[in-house]
Parts: sequence; structure tokens; C-alpha cells
Amino acid sequence: MNVIYLDNNATTKVDEQVIQAMLPYLTEFYGNPSSMHSFGGQVGKAVREARAQVAALLGAEDSEIIFTSCGTEGNNAAIKAALAAQPDKRHIITTQVEHAAILNVCKLLEKQGYTVTYLSVDRKGQIDLMELEASLTGNTALVSTMYANNETGVVFPIEQIGLWAKDAGAIFHVDAVQAVGKIPLNLKTSSIDMLTLSGHKLHAPKGMGALYVRRGVRFRPLLIGGHQERGRRAGTENVPGIIGLGKAAELAQVHLKDVQREKALRDRLEKGLLSTINDTEVNGDITQRLPNTTSIGFKYIEGEAILLSLNQYGICASSGSACTSGSLEPSHVLRAMGLPYTTLHGSIRFSLSRYTTEAEIDRVLEVMPPIVERLRTISPFNNDQADWLQGREEALAH
Amino acid sequence: MWDYTDKVLELFYNPKNQGAIENSDESGVAVVFGEVGSIACGDALRLHLKIEVDSDKILDARFQTFGCTSAIASSSALTELIKGLTLDAALKVTNKEIAEYLGGLPEAKMHCSVMGQEALEAAIFKYRGIPVVAHDDDEGALVCSCFGISEAKVRRVIQENNLTTAEQVTSYIKAGGGCGSCLANIDDLIATVKQESAVGTSYKISTQIAANIATTQEQSPRALTTVQKIALIQKILDEEVRPLLIADGGDIELYDVDGDRVQVVLQGACGSCPSSTATLKVAVEAKLQERVSPSLRVEAVDPLFSLAKGR
Repeated sequence: MNVIYLDNNATTKVDEQVIQAMLPYLTEFYGNPSSMHSFGGQVGKAVREARAQVAALLGAEDSEIIFTSCGTEGNNAAIKAALAAQPDKRHIITTQVEHAAILNVCKLLEKQGYTVTYLSVDRKGQIDLMELEASLTGNTALVSTMYANNETGVVFPIEQIGLWAKDAGAIFHVDAVQAVGKIPLNLKTSSIDMLTLSGHKLHAPKGMGALYVRRGVRFRPLLIGGHQERGRRAGTENVPGIIGLGKAAELAQVHLKDVQREKALRDRLEKGLLSTINDTEVNGDITQRLPNTTSIGFKYIEGEAILLSLNQYGICASSGSACTSGSLEPSHVLRAMGLPYTTLHGSIRFSLSRYTTEAEIDRVLEVMPPIVERLRTISPFNNDQADWLQGREEALAH
Repeated sequence: MWDYTDKVLELFYNPKNQGAIENSDESGVAVVFGEVGSIACGDALRLHLKIEVDSDKILDARFQTFGCTSAIASSSALTELIKGLTLDAALKVTNKEIAEYLGGLPEAKMHCSVMGQEALEAAIFKYRGIPVVAHDDDEGALVCSCFGISEAKVRRVIQENNLTTAEQVTSYIKAGGGCGSCLANIDDLIATVKQESAVGTSYKISTQIAANIATTQEQSPRALTTVQKIALIQKILDEEVRPLLIADGGDIELYDVDGDRVQVVLQGACGSCPSSTATLKVAVEAKLQERVSPSLRVEAVDPLFSLAKGR
């Protein structure tokens, strides 16, 4: 059975050209890029080229790129660097819908005496800029928000956030793990001070990422040791990973012009599901959204049951339901948006890539209606009870 | 993806007894349903029973479930387990039996089997006219306000499934799986339940040893040398006292004998048991007085003290 992979916000297939670019650095070019001999030197040159490829994708300078092991490391390094650079400031602003690599660091920092403001989001998953403005003070060291949400694809008004953060004298960090490669970026003209990306979200291998640090922004390294990455990230470089990330960045830049095709397929999927299955709704702001992502709530049924049913057909997607995560609470993102329980537990995220085909989308459109129908037959809830359920939700909300 | 058994997957993809039972006004037959959970909690089960009134027998059982793979499979398993049983026999079906029928569930999914057991109780209680509010589980203070779970219910699941961590309690009944602020209270409840269980164990041991003494045919203690006395005390402890304590998770070690003063170290469950004094006096001391010398006095030594002394 062919796999239909629609879980690209979780991870992506490594591009064949990326693999080919990496292979020589796993075999013949195994020198240490820090070595003084020419055998290592040629590897060092390849690393510099990869850095330039990543910088080009971001519209940044080569020297502003620090290679990391993943998005989590980039986010951790950015937050700690920003706070270390401003030891007198003890306030952080972030949002309720960030990735755990931000939220859990912030929770830890709260225990260490920092104050953290978690900006709320509305039903569309958008933050309220007025709330941001009201939260900024002279004590704010850092504003850290995601560029685009991993579950809904909702894109935040990054430039506006950055301008206000700068006015307040705060450093502005952006977790752009889901946005890089899907949205054109030009950091030269941006208000972003630091930006995190992760290779495996753009067809590079897992275990590779990068952190952009604007020239002039003070940076304190997370990893201390050797002089690699100009002393900003110690440890012998993951050379094959860096080469792979560089190639993936180059390819992503080329494919940016093709995202309209992905968007068209996403819209086809979305419209098809909404038109053939009743009691469904799209979660999040459909105008300010990544081109590859849709999160759809199928009322009255539970997400894991949908996923396992899709799995029978070789279709891979993701769920915001608690049952798939090992947690008992549904997605913190969907909850923060205030979705009704009827939708919350039955939300499925489909995330496409440049490899997604029209035939694959059509296959999903074919199998989803009977899956939803079957599970709704098993469920004790249905549209007849909508009023009763609504009453229950209102009671719970109070 | 969860590591589900083939049986779980089979009953998820092809559930048996799915649906409702309509009330047909059939003579001598009653139809009732019980439900637990809610759409807010993320899983809910409505269990329908068709009961033969005269015999109290379950003629048919069907389910409607909102939930994940294991919730649907557990519901289906429950209906298979209870069809044909009398209501009293059905009430004895435990969540463990539901899980066993499925060839096991991931621990984090055990609450699905608990939900089945509770829906069954709810249906039978409803049929018998027992108000749901009178159920033990609903009494007492709430431990987990996120999922509305009472202290009585937490205690019950700890006891019935011999749970030892708050994470296990969360897996079984969801308590603590929301904001997490009650996890420390659940830890305290686990400790309390274990302590209460240990008190029961200690009482059982004391009673058993006392009974042994009463039935012993041994004659009055002989005049013993110091070495003989210590050897006999050691022998009685090793052969008659320790096996009983070990069987219940405890142990005892002879630390010293100084004249009539016998010092012992209580270990394992006995070491932390609040009724260890009773064990020492009613059981150990009485036995040694009976078998060795009526003037013996037994006292416990702190295990840390004994370690510090180099033992």
C-alpha cells in the first residue's frame, strides 16, 4: 500500500538531491572542518557554502547563521541569550499557542523569578496586538512568538509585533520552524532579531537546524566549548547535516514559487471535505495561513479514531486530540482558540508538501466521508443533540 | 501510534454490539441505559442493556461510544463479556477483565476499561432504582476538579488495581491529567491507601502469630545459657516470624540481645507500618516470651542506627 503522507508539519521526506549532496560527507570527505590541513579545509569550505545557502533563503548575512541541532535548541539558545544579554530585565512575552520548546522554557524561567505574559488568541487563532502593546514594559527583555502555528498554520503579524517590541527595547525572537520554506523571508529588512528554523521541516534530515542572530544582537552561547560557529555554538559540526540543510535551503528557495500549487491542493482538500461531510469546520484564520496546512474539526467524533481509520488506507495525518499525544488534554492550541468540545476532540491536521499529488488528495476525499460516517454511527452524540451539547459547554465554561 | 493488540484493532474496525437498544415494550423485558463521560472529557460511553426481569439476566448489551480506538474496543469487549450474565454477576466484571479480554491495553489507555465498568454500574444502578448520586464514587471531596473525580474513586482504583504512582492513577481514571495541580494530592492518597493496607496486614500477622502461640504445644522455657538463648531467639525469628512478615512485604532482623532485652530491626513494609508496635508486642514479644523466656522484652532499633553501628 502506498503511503499518502499528509503530516508534513511533523516532518518531511528528505529530498533526494539533499541525500546526494550529503553522501560524500558521510564517505570520502570526512575531515574535521576545523582542521588546519587541506583535507579538513575542503570540508570547511563546504560548510561555508551551506551557511551561505541558508542565509540566502532567509535574506540574511552568512555570519548571522548559527547551525544548531534542531528547532528546540535554536529556541532555547535564543531565549537564554536574550535574557543573558539583559540581566536587569525580568519580563518575557510569548503566546499561549507556542511549541513546547518555548512554553516549557518559559515555565521554567517563571520558577526562576521571571514574569511571563502568555498572549491569548481569538477563535481564529490570532493574537490581539492591543494585548501585546499593553503587556510591553521597560522591564520586557524578550518577545518570542512563532511565525506560523504548527497546528492551524495561522501566521502572526510578525513585523508589527517586532516593531512594537523594538520600541519597548525588547529583543524579538521568532520561532519560524513551520514558516521557513513556505513563506518568503527577507530578514535584512525585518524587525526580527533572532529566528529559529529546523531542517527536517523543509526536506533536510532530522537533527539539524539553524538560528539566525541579527548582527549586533548580543549573544551568549548555550553550548560552551570549542570555537566552532565563531564561539556561539561549541561542538564539532554535524557536517553531513549542515550540507543537507544548505541544499534543502537552496531547493526551498527554488520551490517557494510553487507553493501556490500546494495551496491549491490544500484548498481542494478543504473544500472537498467541507462539502461532502456535514458538521465540519476549518480551525483558524483562513486568510492569514500557511499554504500547506489545514486543521479541520469533525464534530461528535474523536481524532485518534479518525487517524487509525485513515491509517488503514495508508494515509498519514495528525490530530489535535489528546489520545494521540499521550496526554489527556486536547491540543493547547485549539483550546486556547476556544473551540467547542464538539470540535476540539475531533480535529485533524492535514499538512501537504511539494510531493503531494492531486491523486493523493482525491483518495483522501474518497475515504474520509465513510470514515466519519462510521464513527458518528458509533458515537452517542450527533447534531440532534447540538443544543444540549451547547448548554453543557456553556455550563462547563462557567 | 499506540501499541494496540490485534484484538483491540479487530474490535475497533469491526465492533460487536454497536448501537442502541430500542424499548420494544416486550413483556417481561426491560431496557435501560447507563452513561459515563462527556464530550468535554474526550470520551463517553452509553451502555444499553436488555434485561429479562424475572431472571435478572442480560439478554442483550449494546454500546454507543465517543472516544478513541481503545474506548470503542473496550466498549465492544464489555458487551461481549456481560451478555447472558445476571446483573449481580455482571456487576463483578472488573476493568481488568475488560483489558484482559482485549489482550491488554496500553497503561495510558486503562481509563477506557474503567469507563466500561462504570457505565455498566450506571446502567444496573439505574435499572434497580439506585440513585447515581448515592454511588460511593460520587461521595467525598473532589480530588481532580479538571475531570470531576472524587477521593473515593481515586482510592478505589488505587486499591483495586494496586497502583503505586500518580501517573498510573491518571492512566486509569484521568485524575491529574488536566492541569496537574492535584498530582501531589494523589501521591498523598496513594501513600494513605498503602498505609491503611499495611495496618490491615500488620493486624493479620499479629493475629496469626498469636494464634500460633495459643496452639503451641511447647512446654515452659527451659533454663538456657546466653548462647543457647540467643540461638533459640534467632531460630524462632528465622523459622516462625520472618516467613509471615516476608509474605506481607516486611522482614525482621535480630540486632542484639542484652540480658532480657531483645533488639530487632523491622524492615520493608514493617519498617514503615504505623502499627509496628503492635506487631512487636502482640506477636514477636509474646512468641519469644512463650518459647524462650517470659521475662524477654522486645524493642525495635532504628535501621539507620543499626547501619551506623556497622551492621
